[in-house]
Amino acid sequence: MGKNMNKFSPDHLRLDASAEAERIVFFIRDAVFTRLKRKGMVVGLSGGIDSSTVAALAVRALGADRVIGLFMPESDSSDDSLRLGQLLAKELGIKTFTEDISGILRGADCYRRRDEAIRTVVPEYHSGYKSKLVLSSLDSSEFRISYVVVQSPEGEQRKVRLTAEAFLALVAATNFKQRTRKMMEYYYADRFLYAVAGTPNRLEYDLGFFVKSGDGSADIKPIAHLYKSQVYQLAGYLGVPQEILNRPPTTDTYSLPQSQEEFYFSLPYDKMDLCLYGKAHRLPASEVAEALGMNEAQIERVYRDIDAKRAVARYLHMEPLLIEPIKETVAGL
Amino acid sequence: MTPVEAQVRQYVTDRLLFGRSDVVVEGDTSFLESGLIDSTGVLELVAFLEESFKIKVEDEDLIPANLDSINALTRFIQAKSPALADSRV
Repeated sequence: MGKNMNKFSPDHLRLDASAEAERIVFFIRDAVFTRLKRKGMVVGLSGGIDSSTVAALAVRALGADRVIGLFMPESDSSDDSLRLGQLLAKELGIKTFTEDISGILRGADCYRRRDEAIRTVVPEYHSGYKSKLVLSSLDSSEFRISYVVVQSPEGEQRKVRLTAEAFLALVAATNFKQRTRKMMEYYYADRFLYAVAGTPNRLEYDLGFFVKSGDGSADIKPIAHLYKSQVYQLAGYLGVPQEILNRPPTTDTYSLPQSQEEFYFSLPYDKMDLCLYGKAHRLPASEVAEALGMNEAQIERVYRDIDAKRAVARYLHMEPLLIEPIKETVAGL
Repeated sequence: MTPVEAQVRQYVTDRLLFGRSDVVVEGDTSFLESGLIDSTGVLELVAFLEESFKIKVEDEDLIPANLDSINALTRFIQAKSPALADSRV
């Protein structure tokens, strides 16, 4: 791992990318062919670093002819998502399908339900507006408060605090997007007898940055153990195109551009990685603070925010609850 | 106990503890540290304060010192609405 193990620094997250790629490739091959008994893997491609890395690993593990890349744009998607996804697929030589999910989302009234939720706090909001959900920064309060940012057709932006009802309705409506995409991935998985890949990195998996039965659902999650900065290292080693490496992480869920830290995480991913690592290894906040050029109180706040997010994530990770285990259904029996 | 504190305690029992009466929440118990409240819970709490006590909760009010315990909430409500401060049950 790191070169200088004495003083805490980003070096603690340095990977032997070649060895790690080999380990994951072996895992994917074993998981897909032996344990899941599937012929290949479906990967939803967002043009982001995580899905690109998973697709590149899948190609190494299974061969390009056993990997399907799916593009699933909708009305609010950035054009970059499709363009960069196509760039990667071409580079990898995989078969792709494009499914514009806007029609399904309209059928489910996703956009109407979202707009109605926003109108409860911004009555003038209509379909010509753009919007995004943001959280208050940890510096302003330890309570992470949700706001909607709306932009009028004239380009004027304002930020309005959400009520609990509006927040829940807005999230419930936009979650149709992740769930529709997963439904489509399973369509192709069923059609070709493939497994479905989940593409969370460790930050997302640990802190619950996913939609239950949406992007949280998958047969295999090959990079869930890797910090985001390690995913970047692996992506670089695997030859993921530079333009994808350079793209700032985005949720690509709302019509206004939205970074992941304004929506969910407290800090940019490289700093969040180090806080998560520091907390996992019981490093004092002062040590992490020094490595990040922040103060101890800020790191303590991030540590508490991690605990709060994990508390919410527990429900997301839970399997359906049964009165008692049905031992006949346990794999391997 | 003031009527305000009684109302706050009732809210905590009904909404944060889902009606469980076997859990004791002390006046200074931190909602955040004890896992009783998350970010959605804070928004619900704001609605309770605004509707029940007819007070306006500003963005700058949304700090643990005002909202993170029964005692903090009671003090906050009484400071926002002095008419509620004196009465006792």
